[in-house]
Amino acid sequence: MKFARIIFANLLRKKVRLLLTLGSFAVALFLFAFLAVVRDAFGRGADVAGADRLVVINRTSIINTIPLSYRDKILRIPGVKCITHNNWFGGIYQDEKNFFPQFVIDAENQRQVFPELVVPDDQWAAFLKDREGAIVGARTAERFHWKIGDRIPIKTTLYGGGSWEFNIVGIYHGAQPKDDETQFWFQWDYFEERIPQAIKGQVGWYVLRLNSPDDAVAVSKAIDDEFANSTSETKTQTESAFAANWVKQFGNIKFLILSIGTVVFFTLLLVTGNTMAISVRERTSELAVFKAIGFSDRAVLFFVLAESLIIALIGGLAGLFFAVLAVPALGRALNGLLPSLVLSKPILGLGLVLAIVVGLISGMLPGIMAMRMRVVSALRRV
Amino acid sequence: MVKVDGSGGKSLIQVRDLDKTYRRAGEEIHVLQGLNLDVESGEFVAFMGPSGSGKTTLLNLLGGLDVPTRGSITVAGDEVTNMSASSLTRWRARHVGFIFQMYNLIPVLNAFQNVELPLLLTKLSKAERRAHVETALSVVGLADRMNHFPRQLSGGQEQRVTIARAIVSDPTFLLCDEPTGDLDRKSAGEIMALIEELVEHHNKTVLMVTHDPLIAARAHTTLHLDKGVLVEGKMSQAAPAGSFA
Repeated sequence: MKFARIIFANLLRKKVRLLLTLGSFAVALFLFAFLAVVRDAFGRGADVAGADRLVVINRTSIINTIPLSYRDKILRIPGVKCITHNNWFGGIYQDEKNFFPQFVIDAENQRQVFPELVVPDDQWAAFLKDREGAIVGARTAERFHWKIGDRIPIKTTLYGGGSWEFNIVGIYHGAQPKDDETQFWFQWDYFEERIPQAIKGQVGWYVLRLNSPDDAVAVSKAIDDEFANSTSETKTQTESAFAANWVKQFGNIKFLILSIGTVVFFTLLLVTGNTMAISVRERTSELAVFKAIGFSDRAVLFFVLAESLIIALIGGLAGLFFAVLAVPALGRALNGLLPSLVLSKPILGLGLVLAIVVGLISGMLPGIMAMRMRVVSALRRV
Repeated sequence: MVKVDGSGGKSLIQVRDLDKTYRRAGEEIHVLQGLNLDVESGEFVAFMGPSGSGKTTLLNLLGGLDVPTRGSITVAGDEVTNMSASSLTRWRARHVGFIFQMYNLIPVLNAFQNVELPLLLTKLSKAERRAHVETALSVVGLADRMNHFPRQLSGGQEQRVTIARAIVSDPTFLLCDEPTGDLDRKSAGEIMALIEELVEHHNKTVLMVTHDPLIAARAHTTLHLDKGVLVEGKMSQAAPAGSFA
């Protein structure tokens, strides 16, 4: 393109300013990618939730338990295909910083309810045979360099306290990259064996699969009606609603991230808009010369917008590139506090679109000023 | 032959009853009033006059950079005053070469790239553009400076690049606004010699504004503007009454 030389010559005229403006875009897009990834991770539970899965918790709160005896009653409700139950263990591996979620699972039914968390058959068989066996998510295994055959001590202050020993007999992988690979599962029988008598026979929550997602409302109502007025009333909700409520405990993450993101981009708009305005003002007489020798108003607008857009694209791509490098490091730094952080293509695409939009808007006003500039007046300013 | 009484026939540049009025702070300022001018092809005309007499305004109007309040300007049969802004822009690219007092080169482009600018608006190929630019720079004696940036050139050389840029697209006429105003006497002399050469050997039509009588004396015709009216002229050679040639 024959105008490219003019555009790039103008871009490179003030190299320090160019670098600073590129830096502004890079930092803004880097922040955007980070915020989007974190927001995505918080919402991940709702996103990956099975449409045909319901979660049954104690109506009082999730920390209150439900009797194991509910299991068979729930299974009898029409529309329920299979059911498993889990307890939160809350143990510590060596140090409190080494957080990862540990769940007591119903070994017979866990795989039917969560088919997306894949365990090889031989490892599952080994798990069923070993009362102290544990299945661990691939990310957690990698994090602590665990391998099959390792014996792991986990301390807990709950359930009578003490150190519990587990044999790593299997490692599960998510069917998709966004599936949570940080969990640690062990058997209900081992759990029941070691906890105090007073709290035996109590599960944290049930997760069940339906024959059809269309049955969700009816089955939820039937379960909650079944246990109404009992000592442990239930609250049944879809897995996505459960995940969304879980995230709400942390505050309105979506609003918080949207607010920060808006401030970042508005500031970027002011910075780049001001830079472009200064750049155009400095070149008033040159732009007047362009117009005098026959370049149209549109050509002048094009020059300004092209400069702004190139800055936005280069700066934006640089920011997103750094985010691609940094997100895995952030994931490691969070030590499994959030499910896997994934900088997805939609986030990258949205970031690029935002950079282009900011680039165009910030170049538009000075561009229109340049377009409307009267040659005679501009030349007189020399 | 240059005429100022509106009696010219089919001259290259025809100006008729030209008025230009500015309004400042509610007051009307009549810069040009009922101005007539006929300039034939190949003429070299100098406009002189005190500051505020309307010299630059006239040049801007002739170059299609400004529009008159009343009257008409016709160049090579095209009535400039009736054109839309976009048509006027295209017309300028085709017909007018500008030479400014302050050179007005683009500092981030080298001499070659500055001279090439008007050709970017044409359909010429890259090779054709290169040939034209090299020719123009040779005419002004800067063939060996084409990769130099404006900051690496002297004032006189910068003005030569401006002249090369003005002639590279072979416009119908050149408009020079104080082309030597920012140069020392020696450089000014060289620039004037170059402009004379363009007129004499390349048959260019040149309209020039200057304050300097010595510079004006090198034109075929000098016209004096005073308070917006062409009031007197200087004949550099024999011409019929009522005309300056």
